Amino acid sequence: MTSKDTFRRFSRLFSGCACGRHRSAAEHEAAARASEEARYGSLVEKTVLQALFPQDAHRRAFLKAIGGTTVAAALAQFLPMGMVTEAFAQGTGPIEKKDLKVGFIPITCATPIIMAHPLGFYTKQGLNVDVVKTAGWAVVRDKTINKEYDAAHMLSPMPIAISMGLGSNPIPFSVPAIENINGQCITLAMKHKDKRDPKDWKGFKLAIPFDYSMHNYLLRYYLAEHGIDPDADVQLRSVPPPEMVANLRAENIDGFLAPDNVCQRAVYDGVGFIHILSKEIWDGHPCCSFSASKEFVTTNPNTYAALLRAIIDASAYAQKPENRKQIAEAIAPANYLNAPPVVLEQVLTGTYADGLGNIKKDPNRVTFEPFPYDSFAIWILTQMKRWGQVKGDVDYAGIAKQVFLATECAAVMKDMGLTPPAPTKTIVVMGKPFDPAKPDAYVESFAIKRT
Amino acid sequence: MTSSLTLRAALVSVLLLAVFLLIWQGATAGFGAGGTGVPSGMDPEYAKLMGLTATTGKSALPSPVEVGAGLWNVLTDPFYDKGPNDKGVGLQLAYSLGRVLIGYGIAVLVAIPLGFLIGMSALMSKALDPFIQVLKPISPLAWMPLALYTIKDSGISAVFVIFICSVWPMLLNTAFGVASVRKEWLNVARTLEVGPFKRAFTVILPAAAPTILTGMRISIGIAWLVIVAAEMLVGGTGIGYFVWNEWNNLSITNVIIAILVIGVMGMLLDQMLAFVARLVTFPE
Repeated sequence: MTSKDTFRRFSRLFSGCACGRHRSAAEHEAAARASEEARYGSLVEKTVLQALFPQDAHRRAFLKAIGGTTVAAALAQFLPMGMVTEAFAQGTGPIEKKDLKVGFIPITCATPIIMAHPLGFYTKQGLNVDVVKTAGWAVVRDKTINKEYDAAHMLSPMPIAISMGLGSNPIPFSVPAIENINGQCITLAMKHKDKRDPKDWKGFKLAIPFDYSMHNYLLRYYLAEHGIDPDADVQLRSVPPPEMVANLRAENIDGFLAPDNVCQRAVYDGVGFIHILSKEIWDGHPCCSFSASKEFVTTNPNTYAALLRAIIDASAYAQKPENRKQIAEAIAPANYLNAPPVVLEQVLTGTYADGLGNIKKDPNRVTFEPFPYDSFAIWILTQMKRWGQVKGDVDYAGIAKQVFLATECAAVMKDMGLTPPAPTKTIVVMGKPFDPAKPDAYVESFAIKRT
Repeated sequence: MTSSLTLRAALVSVLLLAVFLLIWQGATAGFGAGGTGVPSGMDPEYAKLMGLTATTGKSALPSPVEVGAGLWNVLTDPFYDKGPNDKGVGLQLAYSLGRVLIGYGIAVLVAIPLGFLIGMSALMSKALDPFIQVLKPISPLAWMPLALYTIKDSGISAVFVIFICSVWPMLLNTAFGVASVRKEWLNVARTLEVGPFKRAFTVILPAAAPTILTGMRISIGIAWLVIVAAEMLVGGTGIGYFVWNEWNNLSITNVIIAILVIGVMGMLLDQMLAFVARLVTFPE
């Protein structure tokens, strides 16, 4: 008899809900879903309102005059808020597509995307993801547009360029998460070890990975600040990262602003030295992004949310310094980065040889904070405009909102029990502050530009 | 006499190989002391973070002994599969061969009938000539972006590029072979009142077969050249991807191994067609 009683007690324990406030598990889930829907809804609307009326007093006055629900309804006509909100609220439902392909370029920027595979962050979300190594940025772009990849690792300006139709047909793309912050370097050939002042760099041939890259904009910015015109005084070449070290060895190029592990690899092979880390140009700059087409987001909202949770989870894990060594070992094999672990360790731990005989320590050499601030996108757009990649008037805030999904990232982070950062961020590039509210004035303020 | 010539040629080949390997070994061993110790004046902590090339002056190019050891490793385990980006060389070769055979097969199906048409009709020959002359010299890498953009599938794009590059030599050789069938033979066929289809299959085809096979042999060589370039560009699988992946890792040893494997495979493909060509050759 006692055994039967025990059994009954246990069965009640299991059939009941997790929080104890509902009679059954089903009831608990229904209540949880309802409250989640409401939370996401208000959060999305709040953020959109904040963007429309940045000043608190104005927003409150506006809401008072018209009434909250009316405002939401009126806004919904212009912005597909309902659709995106719904997509994310459904994020906890059944996954539409379990087997996914995510493309990546073998550089340490892709760390969260790659490590999520061997360390099980994808399987934890119920996804069966194949991470596929790809030969270059143009190929990643084309394969993602062709739907061979469901999502991909892209340079953060790429989804903006694709959405605007620069270098391809305009296809709406989205960035729900940034892959990495900092983590690039300017590397020069050994023969230039005495030319540390960029003013001596006239006539240099410098390599960047892609035209629509933070590397291009940061290198141009750095050169221009030192009075070097990046179009007239030096030659900038797009070179795929793996070819950079080989070209540096062959003295075809004088240096490059490139992603790690390429920079550290040049040092490891004794062909170059690290001139500066990219964080010395802009500490906290975004580099690569996790991107997917809008079409994928709206047709597979649950899959997309699960994928995003895995990436955010992996980024949070990678952000902790104590995990970095383990990550370096996990992503070094041929299936992922195919690089010597000692090189990856130097990049990820920030204790590295600079190629000139010194050991340097900078734990923030690369960091992994996924939040896609709108101001990042606006800064990228100002540089596209500055260097003539886009002509005419640019809807800075509008494009930033459409492509960089800060609101959605915040919602998913909250859902996971993480605290999303404040939606604004101070940006200072080489001592010069950037105000995302005045992008045109920022572009105008530069002496060297192509507008 | 011939047997002794073959013997002597083989001897010279082996000798040349030995001299080449010796020079290679000598050149790569010449760099630095080749020791593993830390050079004086360098912080041992710093040396630990650097590669051997930077610390001991070890040559960036591997020695033949290292390549031999690497080759043994690769060839003893050719069919492992450790995920989508790391497969054995045997599997990669199989992927490449599959793509080449599909692309090349389609090229054969298109080039030979079309070659017959061009060869048998002076009008078509003149009319199609400008197109062929323009399309023939285009590099596979130039086709790739267009193929990716329009076909929207990297695997099919690679097959398409093989097709478009290997079709021309076959087409031209078939047309030439068909056009230069001896007039007497055609006249005999005409006197015997042979129908056009029977004439094509029983007179022209056997007569033109050696020239057609020569075209096919040139084409398979081109197809094999193209697959490496195409796979380096689109990645994923195949021997070209293997080269790219090892280049990415700056592992010159594995790149040299891949070059050897590609060369041997290309030779085998060529020899197979050469064997078929010998079967259809006839004495004049």
